[in-house]
Amino acid sequence: MTQRIVIPFGPQHPVLPEPIHFDLVLEDEHVVEALPTIGYVHRGLERLIEKREYPEYVYIVERTCGICSFIHSLTYCQGIEQIMGIEVPERAHFLRTIWSEYSRLHSHLLWLGCFADGIGFENLFMGAWRIRESILDVLEQTTGGRVIQSSCKVGGVRRDISAEKLDQMARDLDGIQKEIEDLTTVFLQDDSIRHRLKNVGVLSKEDAYHLGAVGPTARGSGVAIDLRQTGYAAYDKLHFEAVTEKDGDCYARCAVRARELFTSIDLIKQAIAKIPEGPVDIKVTGAPNGEYFSRSEQPRGELVHYLRGNGTKFLARSRIRTPTLTNVPPLVKMIQGCELADVPVIILSIDPCIGCMER
Amino acid sequence: MTYLSKSPWILHYDASSCNGCDIEVLAALTPVYDVERFGIVNTGNPKHADVFLITGGINSQNVEIVKNLYEQMPNPKVVVAIGICAASGGVFRECYNVSGGIDTVIPVDVYVPGCAARPESIIDGVVTALGILEQKKLAMNVNPGTGKKSPGET
Repeated sequence: MTQRIVIPFGPQHPVLPEPIHFDLVLEDEHVVEALPTIGYVHRGLERLIEKREYPEYVYIVERTCGICSFIHSLTYCQGIEQIMGIEVPERAHFLRTIWSEYSRLHSHLLWLGCFADGIGFENLFMGAWRIRESILDVLEQTTGGRVIQSSCKVGGVRRDISAEKLDQMARDLDGIQKEIEDLTTVFLQDDSIRHRLKNVGVLSKEDAYHLGAVGPTARGSGVAIDLRQTGYAAYDKLHFEAVTEKDGDCYARCAVRARELFTSIDLIKQAIAKIPEGPVDIKVTGAPNGEYFSRSEQPRGELVHYLRGNGTKFLARSRIRTPTLTNVPPLVKMIQGCELADVPVIILSIDPCIGCMER
Repeated sequence: MTYLSKSPWILHYDASSCNGCDIEVLAALTPVYDVERFGIVNTGNPKHADVFLITGGINSQNVEIVKNLYEQMPNPKVVVAIGICAASGGVFRECYNVSGGIDTVIPVDVYVPGCAARPESIIDGVVTALGILEQKKLAMNVNPGTGKKSPGET
């Protein structure tokens, strides 16, 4: 009988930008079991809801995660607006959609870069992050912040974008699209990348569904769930289809994210073409009383904010369920039976965002 | 200038940050800012590192890991606390699980402000840290008995 050994992986590891720990139980080179340990980034920010008034809490909630910060604030604000029955101006909905999709572009490019670094393709890492900087420039010019935007508030958005700037953004997207095409061609066509990713970390459609996979992890296994199709913000006025792949391996998850970049560019262009004139916020008075589950599609999958108000300025409860947390059980399933050398690639393939996961 | 400040290697660790500062640390390495042209290399191994870039307000589960990483780095070494969370806890200061600043656990040489810290200020912080690293190196080479520098040092 083969002897079992345990290899610790993390919390500090060269491929991980953030800390998570796995105890990998090995038989020879094969992983038979992976035991995750989390809690290295847990700050307990949900509890700050008791100390901050609900409009101020937006600043906390968008610091749940530095990568998808705008979508966190959007989801929180939508929840509060639903509880209080606030009708947000149409232009604000479109601006929120545009910024959400820019966030998704920057998150996916960041991931493609980190993933390339994880498989040892440093040149491609640099290429992806170079394109990402042009996305960050747009975010900085329109909101004032590179990674933490602070542009969403209860009742609308904080800033408007001028018509000239919107035109310029649409024109610039053509150039960015060309660069992204060149980049994703390497990811999807290169033989060495294909060889490294094909049939690694396979997750079947049934497993993806039953273990609660969300976002690109689920879509890579053929489960077509995309919360944007529920039509929050201005998504109900835009046309797009959920990107799916059927193989469920690391290559499929990479392909989903690569193709979603083009969906995002298309959505931004549609939104810029359809954006109506008008105000971008309305005055909010009173305090929320009631509860709501606010859901949205983050770059990593379904994000849920549960909010309960008690009629005062301080909410009674905020609960954030982030996509990385629900993607950990599928991840453990993917690691079981793989080779030790594939573990870093498989962990990266779910796009782990530990800052989100542990809140 | 010696070999240390000509090619300092950095170790980066996320001690309970929101990862906004972490992605800015990585952004500083990539083509737009490109600190690698100065010989600065991001290493995953604390035993190879000269500069410790650390972000976040540090929670109790991370304390031992940060101490362990710090002790594994060879002398001389400098610690750069990146972002306002690393300096004081920032917006998470009142959270029940945040100790409030890296300097509650290990000594810090340079504080980089910002939420999230911009790549320009991170580069500025690292350059300041390299000056401190150089001084620490000179101080290490002074013979405590004679007060003179050891041979071979410029």
